[in-house]
Amino acid sequence: MKIQLKLKDRTLIAKLSGELDHHSAKTVKEMLENAIETKACVNLIFDLTGLTFMDSSGIGVIIGRYKLLQGIGGKVKIVSDKQSVNKLITMSGLTRLMEVCESVEQAIMNL
Amino acid sequence: MERKKPDNQMRLEFLSKSSNESFARATVAAFASQLDPTLEVLADIKTAVSEAVTNAIIHGYGTSCGIVHIECEIKGRDLTVIIRDNGKGISNIEEARTPLYTGMPESERSGMGFTVMETFMDEIEVESVPGVGTSIYLTKHIPE
Ligand SMILES: Nc1ncnc2c1ncn2[C@@H]1O[C@H](COP(=O)(O)OP(=O)(O)OP(=O)(O)O)[C@@H](O)[C@H]1O
Ligand SMILES: [Mg+2]
Repeated sequence: MKIQLKLKDRTLIAKLSGELDHHSAKTVKEMLENAIETKACVNLIFDLTGLTFMDSSGIGVIIGRYKLLQGIGGKVKIVSDKQSVNKLITMSGLTRLMEVCESVEQAIMNL
Repeated sequence: MERKKPDNQMRLEFLSKSSNESFARATVAAFASQLDPTLEVLADIKTAVSEAVTNAIIHGYGTSCGIVHIECEIKGRDLTVIIRDNGKGISNIEEARTPLYTGMPESERSGMGFTVMETFMDEIEVESVPGVGTSIYLTKHIPE
């Protein structure tokens, strides 16, 4: 799992590459939590276009950050273009909580 | 009724460490590859196996370390994957299978594991005895 973090104004853009499962979820969670706190971010964009695998542990990580940022009036968006990841996002009901965009640019624009 | 013999079989055993999750689903996918599944079907199998293996590790064994057993069988174009643990077991299987139910609400689990297995595979059977362990039977028909 590779995590690349970028900050734009008060929006954290997290590009995740590799496999997001229970094993890698802990690291992702800690890195995001740390960045959100130290950089005082209010919005978060999950760029999932580099993922080769995701299961329900990934859904847990996304919902966890969503609850955190929603509590401070922020927004969470997902960028995803992979069929297998989209299937999971849709069936878990995430699309009812946050927007899924086709590109990071679009996600930033729609914040 | 006599049970039809499988055309092929494999068995895998590993310690209940989270670092084995990726290895376990990749190995099952490699075994399934002999049926030439599409990438979409292969992704479904990997995800379902990952859910069952993760459950065995975090719910079955928890903080203790045990052995996770996987058996794969091919009969015709049907793949069956059995994931077993000798962990704490499930006292209420119906409740556990309910979408969004999690026995660990404090640790950021979405409670979607069983729902993913049900959606991504054709059949799922759960056998569990509290204090003895859990077996999950996942079957998927792989179209030609
Ligand atoms: N192998 C197992 N041994 C003991 N309990 C289990 C096992 N598998 C599942 N359970 C119980 O069933 C519940 C539901 O499992 P499920 O996979 O649907 O959700 P989860 O693991 O809690 O969350 P998620 O899979 O979305 O991260 C678990 O929270 C746990 O209480
Ligand atoms: Mg689970």
